[in-house]
Amino acid sequence: MTSPLDQKKIKIAGPVVITANRVDDGAVVYRSPDGRWTTELGAAAVAIDADSARALAEAAAEDDLNAIGPYIAPVSVLPGGHVRPGNLRELIRLGGPTIELPTPLDS
Amino acid sequence: MYVYDAFDRRLLAERVAEFRDQVARRLSGELTEEEFKPLRLMNGVYLQLHAYMLRIAIPYGTLSTLQLRKLAEIARKYDRGYGHFTTRQNIQFHWIKLAELPDAMAELASVGMHGMQTSGNNVRNITTDQWAGVAPDEIEDPRIWAELIRQHVTLHPEFSFMPRKFKIALGASSRDRAALRIHDMALRLHRNAAGETGFEVMVGGGLGRTPYLAQTIKPFLPKRDVLSYVEAVLRTYNQFGRRDNIWKARIKILVHDLGAEAFAKEVEAEWQGIKDGALALDPAMVAEIASRFRYPDYEKLDDSPPQLAKARRDDRGFDTWMANCVANHKVPGYAVVTLSLKPQGGTPGDCTAVQMDKLADFADRYSFGEIRVGHEQNLALPHVAQRDLPALWRELDAIGLAQTNVNLITDIISCPGLDYCSLANARSIPIAQEITQRFRDLDIQRDLGRLHINISGCINACGHHHVGHIGILGVEKNGEEFYQITLGGKADENATLGTLIGPAVPYAQVADVVEDIAAAYLELRQPPQELFIDTVKRLGVEPFRERVYAAR
Ligand code: SF4
Repeated sequence: MTSPLDQKKIKIAGPVVITANRVDDGAVVYRSPDGRWTTELGAAAVAIDADSARALAEAAAEDDLNAIGPYIAPVSVLPGGHVRPGNLRELIRLGGPTIELPTPLDS
Repeated sequence: MYVYDAFDRRLLAERVAEFRDQVARRLSGELTEEEFKPLRLMNGVYLQLHAYMLRIAIPYGTLSTLQLRKLAEIARKYDRGYGHFTTRQNIQFHWIKLAELPDAMAELASVGMHGMQTSGNNVRNITTDQWAGVAPDEIEDPRIWAELIRQHVTLHPEFSFMPRKFKIALGASSRDRAALRIHDMALRLHRNAAGETGFEVMVGGGLGRTPYLAQTIKPFLPKRDVLSYVEAVLRTYNQFGRRDNIWKARIKILVHDLGAEAFAKEVEAEWQGIKDGALALDPAMVAEIASRFRYPDYEKLDDSPPQLAKARRDDRGFDTWMANCVANHKVPGYAVVTLSLKPQGGTPGDCTAVQMDKLADFADRYSFGEIRVGHEQNLALPHVAQRDLPALWRELDAIGLAQTNVNLITDIISCPGLDYCSLANARSIPIAQEITQRFRDLDIQRDLGRLHINISGCINACGHHHVGHIGILGVEKNGEEFYQITLGGKADENATLGTLIGPAVPYAQVADVVEDIAAAYLELRQPPQELFIDTVKRLGVEPFRERVYAAR
């Protein structure tokens, strides 16, 4: 996992969000425009230039009490403003494993 | 079974209390993640893509029913109702919450289990042949020695911050069921020409980015010297292993760079200074450890009772299961039963809480309360009376644990890959699932015979792809999942690294490629029934390469 502090030269090729894992349970979270964390990608702050991405990432890195290892992740913004993960890894982080999980009642 | 003493229990209780305090300080903000991370890792707590993961050691793959029921309870109470058995005799829970971890650990400690040294640059869980103590070809139970070494290296300050992690495996049979040569150090019990028992010591094995097989640096080490020699190897590695580059830090690089002979000389020099000191083993102490391994009170039974032969004749399903999943036991009238955790379309190594509980019941009734965990991500009941096999089979079948695919093409070893792991490049599990669907016909599987597929989601090689008869490695190309295919690897007593057959293929083509390889084998094999691995050895990968890439 790349810490935003390691991502010194931030070059972004499109819209991005800041994502991390929640301290309590490790759940995937996104930085929201009001400086909190949300599990909804649609509620995340989307940056479209390197400076705003860096500002978001730096603020996120300060919040070590709530989120672990924030980094910049690509997204795509569909017409109508719907935000989608920008790659497979981020898709799986958002949606969970692509396989069916065993259910507790399984025998 | 090994019985913990008061010292072991106190150590675990203290460790849980310490971790409870650390978690509280992390949650209150007193500890930063940077400060907390090494502490959680020392207790086997990782952070994966979606959640924390707790890895619990199952030393030498031996579990009691008390422990298995506890694992089921942990799965239910603190996780999502299942656990995942890994390739190193560990179990992982993939959805555990930080605040609940101390309670889960306290419960585990109550049955003598923990996650210590399942992460970090120390000596990891010491593994053995999962048939230790029951295999007919074994010269003695290697777990006694594994336990001795385990006690010595647990929380050993000198070996808690080595250049990198250190994995040890032990075996005591002519057949290697513990993948000895892919370990940092392996110890194989055998007899020398004089009939004495001692260890062959191998070092420098490991997969990952730079795969090497371990080399023998001492063909025969007397048993009394095993601790001092292990200590000398660890010290030599600690002193000379590289700490400047994580990719060159494992002992395999040191052994390769120095040469096995020069490495052995360094170890020898270190060893001479300590071999007759405090670490020389006192037979009374070894006997004391051995006495804490309790063996079942076997009945006097004959091999092959008549009702077994009849049951085999009467039911083809049972007969097939007997052929694929049941092995000989060193005690007459008993058998070792392997339980495949590789259902068609399922996740290799996953086991639900319901299955764990039922299995614990069966183990109590049919296997003297003992279960084994193997590096192939399967389980075993190690002491089943042969007369009970038909009844056990029916009960296992009812909970989906009488899969007959042990050692066949669908008995796939697979790491969690990109569905769980934060280091992954590509998914492993869906690839395994698709292959099990393609080869779901058991007659086809049996016709293909023994064939091991190993899948890793990245070059770290947790799925041991380099030693799969067919190895599949996930790589990423321009944001897409691709897979490199190797052939001819094996992890047995004739361990070999596989050979890459050509350019990586995309996700959607992997199962097709495996079908092509299987079809080529059926055409190329020599009658009667030359094994896949032998055909690859005889012909090399070229005919397979041609077949796979001709159509692509
Ligand atoms: S091989 Fe890679 S992807 Fe698979 S579990 Fe290991 S680190 Fe994760």
